[in-house]
Amino acid sequence: MHAPATSALLENPFAKRRSHRETYEFIVRSVLRGATYLILFATAAIFLHIIVKGSPILFQAKAPFINVEFLTKLPETLHVLEDKQGHIYKTDPKGADAIKHQLGDNLRQEKTISYSGGGILGPIVGTFLLVLVCIVIALFLGISSAIYLSEYAKPGKFIEWVRLAILNLAGVPSVVFGLFGLGVFVLAAPVFTNTPLDRALLVIPLGFTQMSFQGWDTSVLSGAFTLAFVILPVIITASEECLRAVPMGFRETSLALGATRWQTIWRSVLPFAMPGILTSSILGIARAAGETAPIMFTAALAFKDKLPWQGEAGFGGVFTESVQALPYHIYTLAARIPQNEYSERAQYGSVFVFLVLVMTLATASVLLRRKLRAKYKW
Amino acid sequence: MVTAEPPQKAVEVLKTTETKSVETPEAAPTGETMISVRNMDFNYGTKRALHGINMEIPSRQVTAFIGPSGCGKSTLLRCFNRINDRIAGAHISGGQVVIKGKNIYDADVDTTQLRRQVGMVFQKYNPFPKSIYENVVYGLRINGVKKKSDLDDACEYALKAAALWEECKDRLKANAFGLSGGQMQRLCIARAVAVKPDVLLMDEPCSALDPIATLKVEELIVDLKKDYTVVIVTHNMQQARRVAELTAFMYLGELIEFAETDQIFGNPQQKKTEDYVRGQFS
Repeated sequence: MHAPATSALLENPFAKRRSHRETYEFIVRSVLRGATYLILFATAAIFLHIIVKGSPILFQAKAPFINVEFLTKLPETLHVLEDKQGHIYKTDPKGADAIKHQLGDNLRQEKTISYSGGGILGPIVGTFLLVLVCIVIALFLGISSAIYLSEYAKPGKFIEWVRLAILNLAGVPSVVFGLFGLGVFVLAAPVFTNTPLDRALLVIPLGFTQMSFQGWDTSVLSGAFTLAFVILPVIITASEECLRAVPMGFRETSLALGATRWQTIWRSVLPFAMPGILTSSILGIARAAGETAPIMFTAALAFKDKLPWQGEAGFGGVFTESVQALPYHIYTLAARIPQNEYSERAQYGSVFVFLVLVMTLATASVLLRRKLRAKYKW
Repeated sequence: MVTAEPPQKAVEVLKTTETKSVETPEAAPTGETMISVRNMDFNYGTKRALHGINMEIPSRQVTAFIGPSGCGKSTLLRCFNRINDRIAGAHISGGQVVIKGKNIYDADVDTTQLRRQVGMVFQKYNPFPKSIYENVVYGLRINGVKKKSDLDDACEYALKAAALWEECKDRLKANAFGLSGGQMQRLCIARAVAVKPDVLLMDEPCSALDPIATLKVEELIVDLKKDYTVVIVTHNMQQARRVAELTAFMYLGELIEFAETDQIFGNPQQKKTEDYVRGQFS
């Protein structure tokens, strides 16, 4: 059966069985590895494509090396004029008139491409405002409710139902959130005014002014609240986990020293849960910045020729004006205008800037978390 | 059930020169009853954990609770500052716990006030991940003490009381997690002492420490009884012999015997106590 032990070139008695298993192992490993590399490939393809096509629009060889115009001008219509000699002039509406006048009869054709000229300052500012306000609202509401659920509420059937409801919120399609925002924040949320609109659902006189349920219109505030509700489930669930990860001993010690419940939470639970909460919020930030559906009914316009603070209310109107937003702008550029070689510039430029913006946001959060983590580790 | 009269040992209350800037806490004279447990029952939900406990714990002495695991000694200790209130369903179902003449389970008792007077040190040393200084003054800060000199004084007093001053005075701002296990536990004691409670409850304070650190903490406990009433739960019978004047033996939620430590270990009156201290069950 077995080869004699004297031979130095013994055949491995287990060789056959092992090779069979090895084949099996090899197949499994290849499938797993293949799946991983496929994802890696897709990610690399997306990033490389955007970087290759988008970076030449934002960066240039001459000083100041960045296409400042693209970042500091509002979107405008691009005019492309061609004369009979085949020269092509790309310009804005004003320039188009001048060139037409200069060329006279020599003009062969003129093309106009909406939103593809100028820069994308409007969408950048809009997205920035939306994300900023959204994060403030979502963190406040999310952390408050997470603290209530994990520190105050008595465990039981009811709280389990509340948790389930919050988790279900995460499964709601984002366009439904958009419509919810439209119905609640745009059309029904309360405002204080002396002159309520006719369509107000309810007007409560307060003496010095009136509370009118007429909504906040399409505005940064409406959009930010809607976005906040989109990311709340993530923030609540993750915050609760982070709060639970803080050792019970911290709470008991604090209480045993005569601290009230809130003092205990504020001084010896929340600070130690904060790094984790911020980490989980990174996902929320990126998602809030990227969502299109929730803001298209509540905050974003396809085109607006003014920045939020250039309206009638000045800087006071920053949160109550409608804005342009990057994801919606990208959608508009990709789906709402005819495609040709001249529309690419704004398309790839916007996507590239958007990508950089989101990555910067995420990096900032990671750095903040690392700083907090170093301060509060146990 | 035997409830011995607490022995009236005369213990000289010395005020060391080191702590002269801080007055000793107002406490009943040595030997007078500090905690009086009267026919107390305690439940976790419907399960009764303590049955009809009666005991008088004298002030400025060390009282030890011994007994096998699950006998209720920690539960009893945790009744004294109502930290058990945190556990869902845990409640006192009969009798009273009277501390300084007041039933602490009365409806009008403010638990935060109670816990300022009845401090606690836990089994697992658990400093906050903050500086040594911030750990010690935590109790003062939550009481609204803001003046730096007050905080500094309290910190020095507490660290001296916990025999940690010499080791830590040069690195008060360092993170408490840089200390050794024994130092961390003494820091926790300092943190409890900083608010100057009347009573110090210790729940197996040495079970996570090595023998040398244990010895230091034990010395400290003996030292602390000058100013504080100390109640200690311990698994270690030798430790009870070393530190406690009085020892209570508990078994299955009942107080079997409560007497002077020498008597519990030398001449126990109950068969159960005798079996336990002889190591015939655990």
